[in-house]
This record gives sequence, structure tokens and C-alpha cells, in this order.
Amino acid sequence: MPDGIAAHADPHGHAHHPALQHHFQTLDQQHEAATLGMWVFLVTEVMFFGGLLTAYLLYRVWYPEAWSEGSLDLNIALGGFNTVVLIASSLTMALAVRSSQIGAQRATVGWLLATMALGLTFLGVKVIEYAEKFELHHVPGPNFVYEGPHGRQVEIFFSLYFGLTGLHALHMIVGVCLLSVITFMASRRRFSPAWYTPVEVSGLYWHFVDIVWIFLFPLLYLVDRAHQFA
Amino acid sequence: MSTTVLPRVNYLNVRTTVASWLLTKDHKRIGVLYMIVVALAFFLGSIFAAGVRIELTTPAGDFVSADTYNRLFTMHAVFMVFFVLIPVVPAILGNFAMPLMIGAKDVAFPTLNLMSWYIFVIGFLFTIAALVLGGVDTGWTFYTPYSSNVSASNVLLAGLGVFITGFSSILTGLNFMVTIHRMRAPGMTWFRLPLFVWALYATSLVMILGTPVVAITLFMVVLERAFGFGIFDPRLGGDPVLFQHLFWFYSHPAVYIMILPPMGVISEVVACFSRKNLFGYSFVAFSSLAIAVFGFLVWAHHLFVAGISPYSAMIFSFLSFAVAIPSAVKTFNWTATLYQGAIWWRAPLMWVFGFIGLFLVGGLTGLFLASLGLDVHLHDTYFVVAHFHYIMVGGAIMGFFAGLHYWWPKMTGRLYSNALATSAAVLVFVGFNLTFGPQFILGYLGMPRRYHAYPDEFQVLNVLSSAGASILAAGYTLIACYLLYSLWKGEEAGANPWLATGLEWKTESPPSPHNFEETPIVNEGAYEYSKREIKVA
Repeated sequence: MPDGIAAHADPHGHAHHPALQHHFQTLDQQHEAATLGMWVFLVTEVMFFGGLLTAYLLYRVWYPEAWSEGSLDLNIALGGFNTVVLIASSLTMALAVRSSQIGAQRATVGWLLATMALGLTFLGVKVIEYAEKFELHHVPGPNFVYEGPHGRQVEIFFSLYFGLTGLHALHMIVGVCLLSVITFMASRRRFSPAWYTPVEVSGLYWHFVDIVWIFLFPLLYLVDRAHQFA
Repeated sequence: MSTTVLPRVNYLNVRTTVASWLLTKDHKRIGVLYMIVVALAFFLGSIFAAGVRIELTTPAGDFVSADTYNRLFTMHAVFMVFFVLIPVVPAILGNFAMPLMIGAKDVAFPTLNLMSWYIFVIGFLFTIAALVLGGVDTGWTFYTPYSSNVSASNVLLAGLGVFITGFSSILTGLNFMVTIHRMRAPGMTWFRLPLFVWALYATSLVMILGTPVVAITLFMVVLERAFGFGIFDPRLGGDPVLFQHLFWFYSHPAVYIMILPPMGVISEVVACFSRKNLFGYSFVAFSSLAIAVFGFLVWAHHLFVAGISPYSAMIFSFLSFAVAIPSAVKTFNWTATLYQGAIWWRAPLMWVFGFIGLFLVGGLTGLFLASLGLDVHLHDTYFVVAHFHYIMVGGAIMGFFAGLHYWWPKMTGRLYSNALATSAAVLVFVGFNLTFGPQFILGYLGMPRRYHAYPDEFQVLNVLSSAGASILAAGYTLIACYLLYSLWKGEEAGANPWLATGLEWKTESPPSPHNFEETPIVNEGAYEYSKREIKVA
């Protein structure tokens, strides 16, 4: 009986591309479905971060002084370094997609490894930053200590800081795991100019996570820096 | 009555091991898997509802304590809202029927579809754990600061359960949207799509844009409870009303996740059993999108008495009234389809009649609640409870049963007893009205919701309501009996027992594992009943 199922794979005797899944007619259809799926997923991610950003917006308008104090307490040098790291990783990711499109197999693997290395650098720096906050008792909760005129509202700032950056870091971790699978596939020469969808789709995700940071960095680190450098 | 075995290979008998079900990527089997979990959740939710109705037969709070009562109505709502109403039509009937209806072999991402089911089950298990450890007493709305700082019940587990389940909904919406965009059969243009598919498309839009917001909101509550973060904590200057805004930004549109897919079912069934082209096809299609879009702009009508600005309240009141327009377009078009149709009195149509009647009452009483002045009087009374049960049970559940009775022969290859199914529809309709009709009056008279005791003068109406609930329970039990019996001894249905036009009826019942022997080619609209010279009984 299972023969009835196997028969669908090749009804006309054509040789199908090995990556073509049974329920799609063509590789193009499969490619379009995958990229559309990722774009729709990114829309859901925008809404996901949007909830936290709405809370951020409300409290920033209500408590500008607390936002200024909390923001000045963040380590702008590490944050700035991480911003550069992530922008660089977007470049290497774009180059990885490009290499897979033109069939440069070794270059694809190389750029993917570079992207992962930059991603891990970002996460390492984030660990240093978090440890610093932990030592200063700036992690919200029962042990939160903040000497300052708006200490209680600064705790809300730090709640949102950890909520937003923590969620972003989680997305980075998922991204690095995703890329390690893609790198493995690339090293086994699974991609070709006819079929590079997984590389492109992971690239979309990676760029999105970068863009989130491009918003988070000014929103969290640069609230009131003008006075500091004036 | 023929009870011959079905020798043909179909999606049910192709493999029969437990593993073949738990690892299936077939959208039809995944629909069945959802049905099993949802039925369990419905059973649990009903038990809690029974507890509530037993308590309310007497004015004194004598059956359970106030604290237990809080947990009863909360667990009733958590199971019914998140594990029954939201998945019931899209995840069961949508998964089963939609790819068939557009002539596809499967949804765009079958593995993701199976993953969505597992995510759903994991969320369900978290919620069950919350229940076993004593339940939750916050109400299904999890309002802060009670949920985040005060309640001693298992908010964390239930909140995580709902958070996790949300991703099942998001991924299902994503999958459906891509499927409808990219997997349609040749010739299946947008305006030849069955209206159920349009409704699922609009639903997917709400799932994609709304569900992430409630997920992040519950995540914030979880952060507050688990780690002592302070985002809604008034002691730090946080705003509990912000929680309400974020919560209802999803949870109002969630009502449209519950009602849009049943509306799509109604369009299918009405056209089939009137033997007519659906009246005003494109208006019905676009009214689904209009409801999805308007649905995002009305959330603050849940906050009219929470101290929001009167000017924003006026705007939200106006926009809430506006939702009545696309809803009315649908209702008028269904009745216009029935008008001068060759009505074929079969069980699915009985459920449609139930839907139209109850949805009408639910929809119109929604307008009472959208009026600013009236809402001050009716807010948090039984009027609200009656209103949303008319929409969510009278609408969504009746619509689900219309669809289940319509597609059951396709899903199982068997026919159920039409007489029993018709009596069940009548029983549920009567029981439902007896349960929730009196609650409108109770609310109007001022009985507040969520209390386990009430003044003596409300007893008669409460007893009527509890009596109605038992009739309702009998109706639901009857459905389970004859449907299960049909699996065992039902007549063979054949490919198209309703002589319907959709693509899903062009393949065998139950369909083969890959839906169609060859990809169908579509060259006409979805409801060309008038072109067919088919005599029906």
C-alpha cells in the first residue's frame, strides 16, 4: 500500500531537484513560499518587540529624568563596539548569501563562519555588560539598588533594558544556532545557484535581528548623552 | 445501512501506528490531532462551567468558597478561550479542509504545522499543571497588579501556558497565509477562493499581528512575577492600565480569531444548502478583511471605566459601532442567499440557523456595550457575560458544529444520523438561550459578574440559567454520541454527500494521503450551484 504514496515523487519520470519537497510543484514555488514565510515571521517579530517598545515609549514620556539617569549608567563604549560588530556581521551575512547565489561554496562557508564569530563576539560583550550591572545591583528585583533622585522609576528603565536586550540576545543565540546548521549544510555543498533558499532566509532573519539592535542602541544608550559630551 | 470496510488507501488507514500519527506532517491528520486536544480542553472547561452554574443556583455562596469560585471561572475561561475557541475552527477545520479547498497537496510548511501542534500541547500541559497545583484566580484577563504582585495562585504556570500556546497560533496563521498566497491550484484565483479560505486569511492576519503582542505582554507579567521586574508595578510608578491596553490590543482582535473562521464556515454551508451562488461574494470576502482591520482599532472599549480620556473613549466607541457594518454585511448576505433558495433541510444548515440567530443577538447587544453611557451601567455585569457568550458560544461554537457536520463525512468517510444531528442542534439552541438569555436581564438588573453569592431577588433567573446549562450539556453529549457511533456504524458517505461544489468534494472521502490524484484545475467560481442540474431530496 505505501507504494501509492511513493508514486507521487516522480509521476512523469522527470529528475527532480533533491531539495524539492513533495508538496511543491517547482523549486521557484518552494523558494517564494519560504521567503514569504520568513517575511511574515519578521512581521510577527516586529509586533513582539513592539509591545515592549510601547511600554518604553510611555514611560520615557512620563519619566524623562529617570530615563536620562538610567541611560547614562549604561556602558556606551561596549554598546557602541557591539553596534559596529553587528553592522559588520550584516555585511558578512550579505556576502554569504551572495556567495551562495553564485555558487562559491567555500566562500559561503567562510562568510557564514565570520558572521557567527561576530555574533558570538556580540554575545560575549553582552555577558560582560550584564555582569557589570549584576555587580552594581542594577538588575531589577528584590536586590535592586539605585542611589539617585528617581531610583524607583530607574528600576522600570532597567526592567525594560533587560527585557529588550535580553530578548534581543535570545534572538542572537537562535540566529547563531540557525547559522551553524546552515554552515554545516553549506560545507556539505547542499547549495547551488539553483537552490540557496535556506541561506537567504537565514540572512533575512539575521538582518532583522541586527536592525532591532540598531533601534535598541540609541533608545537605550543615547537618551541624554548630549550633555555628557557638550 | 452499509457497513462495508473501506479498502482504499486514505489518510486515516495509510499507516496506523501511534508514531505515524505523532510524527505526521499530513495537514488532515494534524487537524484530527487538534480535535482530540481541543475536545479534552472543552470537556475540562465544561466541568468548570458546571461548577459555576451549580454554585449560582442558590443565592448563598454555599457550594464552593469565594476563592474556589474565582479559580473555577478563571480556569473555565482559560481553557475555553485559549484552548477551545481560538483553535477550534482554524486549527481543526482549517487544517483539515483549507489545503483541500485550494487544491494543494499540503500547507506550505508541513513540519512547522506539526510543530505548532506540539507547541499547543506543551502550552496545554503547562496550563494543566497550573490547574493540578490549584488553579489560577485572576480571571482569564490576568489583570495587573493583582496577577503580577498579589495573587497567590499559579499565575506563572498558566501565563507561560498561554504564552507558549500563542506561538502555535502565530505559526498556524503564518502557515495559512503563505499557503493561501503560494499553494493555490492552477486557475484558483483570489476571487474563486471559497469564502472559508478568505475568512482564514483574515484570521491569519489577526493571528500574525495580534498574538505576538499578548505574548510579549504575558512575558512581561512573567518577568514581574518570576524575577521581580517592575513594568506594570504601581509602587515603582508603573501603569497597570498599560497592561490592559496591551492585553486588549490582542484580546479584542482575538474575538475575531474566534468568529471569522466560523463565519467562513457559514458562507460555505449556506450556499450549499440553499443550492445557490452566495449572494454578494466579494462583499462577504472583503467584510472579513474589514472586520480584521477594524478589530484592531476598538480595544479600548474594554477600558471605558478604567479612567481613559473621554475623547479617546468617544473615538473607540465610534469605531466599535463601525464593526457592526461588515458584520451586518455578512448576515444580510447569508439571509439573501437563503432567500428563494432551494433549501435542503439537513443538519449542517440547522447549525447555521442557530448561528445566525445567536450571532445577531450577540452582535446587537455588543452595540449596547459600545455606547459610553450604557457601558457605565452594564460594565462588569452579567449583561457582558451574556453578550460575549452569545458571540463566542452562540457564534463560534455553533459555527464550528456547522462546519464539523458539513465536513465530517469528508473527514471520516461516514454519515451520521441526520435526525439526531438535527435534534442536537435544536437542543443546543434551546439550552443556550435558556442559559444566557436570563443573564442579559440579570446584568441589566445589576448583578455583577465574578461573585459566588448574590441577593435573593436574582435567584429565579439564575436557576433558569443553570437549567439551561444542563440542557446544553445534554446537547453536547448527544453530538459526541452520534458522531462516535457514526465512526463505527455510519453509512459510507461517498465523495460528495452534499453535492457541493468545492474542490474538497472532488476527491474521495476520506481523502487520499496526498489529497488529489492529480492537481485539479479550476475554471469557475466557488459556488456555481446554479450551473448544476442536481436534484436533491
